[in-house]
Amino acid sequence: MKKFIGFVKKEFFHIYRDKRSLFILFGMPIAQILLFGFAITNEINHVDIAILDQSNDVTTKEIINNIAASKHFNIVDVLQDETAIETVFKKGKIKAVLQFENMFAKNITKEAQANVQILTDATDPNMANTISNYITSILKKQQQDINNGAFTPYQIIPQSRMVYNAELKSVYMFVPGVMTVILMLVSAMMTSISITREKEQGTMEILLVSPLKPYQVIAGKVFPYIFLSVINAMAIVLLSIFVFKVPVNGSLFFLALESVLFIITSLVLGILISTIAATQQTAMMISLMGLMLPTILLSGFIFPISSMPLPLQAISNIIPAKWFIVIVKGIMLKGIGLGFLLKETLILLAMTLIYLGISVKKYKIRLE
Amino acid sequence: MKTDYVIQAENLTKLFGDFAAVNRISFHVKAGEIFGFLGANGAGKTTAMKMLIGISTPSSGRATVAGFDVYKETEAIKKNIGYMSQKFALYDDLTVKENISFYGGIYGLSKKAVKEKSHKLIEELNLQAVSNSLVGGLPLGWKQKLAFSVALLHDPKIVFLDEPTGGVDPITRRQFWEMIYKAAHKGTTIFVTTHYMDEAEYCDRVSIMVNGKIEALDTPKRLKAHYKTDTMNEVFLKLARG
Amino acid sequence: MEITVANISKSYNTVTALKDISFGVETGELFGLIGPDGAGKTTLFRILTTLLTPDNGVATVSGFDVVTNYKAIRNSVGYMPGRFSLYQDLTVEENLNFFATIFGTTIDANYDLVKDIYVQIEPFKNRRAGKLSGGMKQKLALSCALIHKPKVLFLDEPTTGVDPVSRKEFWDMLKRLQNKGMTILVSTPYMDEAALCDRIALIQDGRILEINTPKAITEHFPKPLYNIRANNMYLLITSLQKYQHTHSVFPFGEYVHYTDKRNTPDKTALSQYLKHLGLTEITIEKTKPTIEDSFMELAKK
Repeated sequence: MKKFIGFVKKEFFHIYRDKRSLFILFGMPIAQILLFGFAITNEINHVDIAILDQSNDVTTKEIINNIAASKHFNIVDVLQDETAIETVFKKGKIKAVLQFENMFAKNITKEAQANVQILTDATDPNMANTISNYITSILKKQQQDINNGAFTPYQIIPQSRMVYNAELKSVYMFVPGVMTVILMLVSAMMTSISITREKEQGTMEILLVSPLKPYQVIAGKVFPYIFLSVINAMAIVLLSIFVFKVPVNGSLFFLALESVLFIITSLVLGILISTIAATQQTAMMISLMGLMLPTILLSGFIFPISSMPLPLQAISNIIPAKWFIVIVKGIMLKGIGLGFLLKETLILLAMTLIYLGISVKKYKIRLE
Repeated sequence: MKTDYVIQAENLTKLFGDFAAVNRISFHVKAGEIFGFLGANGAGKTTAMKMLIGISTPSSGRATVAGFDVYKETEAIKKNIGYMSQKFALYDDLTVKENISFYGGIYGLSKKAVKEKSHKLIEELNLQAVSNSLVGGLPLGWKQKLAFSVALLHDPKIVFLDEPTGGVDPITRRQFWEMIYKAAHKGTTIFVTTHYMDEAEYCDRVSIMVNGKIEALDTPKRLKAHYKTDTMNEVFLKLARG
Repeated sequence: MEITVANISKSYNTVTALKDISFGVETGELFGLIGPDGAGKTTLFRILTTLLTPDNGVATVSGFDVVTNYKAIRNSVGYMPGRFSLYQDLTVEENLNFFATIFGTTIDANYDLVKDIYVQIEPFKNRRAGKLSGGMKQKLALSCALIHKPKVLFLDEPTTGVDPVSRKEFWDMLKRLQNKGMTILVSTPYMDEAALCDRIALIQDGRILEINTPKAITEHFPKPLYNIRANNMYLLITSLQKYQHTHSVFPFGEYVHYTDKRNTPDKTALSQYLKHLGLTEITIEKTKPTIEDSFMELAKK
């Protein structure tokens, strides 16, 4: 036990004295969560647009006023003819142009139909799509006002309700994702780097030629990171509750247990990496390319798994992060318990045991 | 200053904050001389050498290398010197021939010149069989001899060698010194920094740096006589202990 | 015998690191493994410290087999790998404390053993190991290897890259440890350190050239050896290499070491030959061979 405490103490010295790992441990989680929470968002606010109003009548003026009044758009330019459209797009500041056809109001009353064109800068397709949706909904509302009182036959009125995230806040989606990425990063990358550093410095040789047993070395290496990862997980949850007002509908205790499971999965992956990699650099490359990228791209964190091509969907199943994200979303947003998350939990557990088995088998008691 | 000196340093100093890594050193090296620049790790050897090869600007003092000023004419210095260190000399993942043409290219030798020199060099070092093999796979001794030849490729006036023979076997080491003698015989000046005292015995003259200053400068023979010992190692021990 | 090595061989892929090595180290002996980089010294150390398994042959340390009984060896030996493997970001004291703890002991319990060495670095005990000079790192690494009072000490190139003053102090310390009954196996590429060992094995390219006391090895040098000097070193070497009676010629500091094919060389004729080739200030005098001369003579075969 004394040996174990001595070992853990040494590990904490390493972490505490290395500015780089301190930053990864504590700076990154906070920076990431704030970044995803505030900066990276699917909502649009104060987007610059231009108007080309060839009609210039009461109705178009009303529509333009409504758009200008919304917090989503700023009308920064009024164009005189169609040739100007391309020029403003090329300048890049304007993201959309709204073009009303000639005699717009007259067409509505006379022909019961008038045309308006929404042109968007689709170099950023998501943005273009969202802008177009927002403008369309303003136009629809206008149409209702015009029709007010008038009888319109055969209407389908869709009523959609967004369950679990009524305001469609993107931060609800990012919190579970960021938490997963950070726990993976801290646990897997930091342990694998810390073990390979001993190999590189040659201190592993002395540890091997000492009465320490392999499991003691591993336990001593892993313990500080379990501890730090739990703190990190708590910090993230607290930040999301108090700063971003993400609800935790399920049991916090259950969330903690599942997090510890995922932390252990990641730590075991870290050990596995360190049995393959000989240098810190390799360990870092494998952690980043082999774990971080799939965790970010294929886990459903940023891109929905259901819209991926089939082979990628299949691959996503072997990524622990995918299952953990389902669990976290389930607990935090849906408020469900183990009964509904049994499958995911068991899969994570099985992965941990398999990786652990491989690591133990691959762990070298000698240098070869 | 007299012109038959290829390196002249007067009160050359390098300060890092308040700390004088090199403290007012003065010395002259003659053309064709093998000059040993000795000192323990941290004595200031590397800092002094960096000023001489034009990659570090002195804090004060004067120095010329191959007739060029170390403050203003560093580009000219670099063209006229060769450099070889134990740590970095050749690219392990290039072949013998590729390394030679790479260095030839850096120093602006024509394609034809590189081809001729490379052929001659490979023949002299008996490397015909491995001329297309990666340098990484060659024995340490071969690499060092090749690195030295490559440093001489552009016929520099002075070659700076940074701890060139550490760890090689005794016979290879002698072959290496034979190459150095040959280069010196042809008029190339050799400037060797080392903390291996037995390497000092091979030099025409040696300077010994202790804590940023040159504490002794003479031929090994006279230094040994002056300190009444048999080896340069003991000369160094006496100097370092004060 | 504290250490026995019998017919040990080891290869990495296609490279043979050790070829059929055999020797023994007596209890309480200071035994030196002398050879250049790549001779196989580190591989041999790693086999004896149970970090590698040999392809062939048997080795024991304190009576324990290095393959089957590796745990017993790990509990009892002290090992100082090349490059002074220390935790660079821990202080002097923290390093020593850590190694004491993992061997289940404390600094106080074995302080008398490391005292000699540790007092020299104690003034810097709160300094990080990474900020120490080579000599101080070496002393700290030795203290760490000694802290659990091992019976056998393995030191792989402990003096490489260390200044001459620290090297001398280090060898003095080894002598004192030996006097306390410790068996020490040390490797070095410096031929001049061979004389400080009780017995040495000269090793090159994975083969042992000779094992004996340093004195016996130099006494066995087969031919009279001469120091030759002249005004021009390069011409002297090339001239001697072309001389018909030359057996070996090696630059050796300010001299050239020369041996003749004949048992009694003709100094006057040699002097005449050199003069004839334009050399001046020629001196030829007999000298005693060093370990390095013996090494080169043996390696030449």
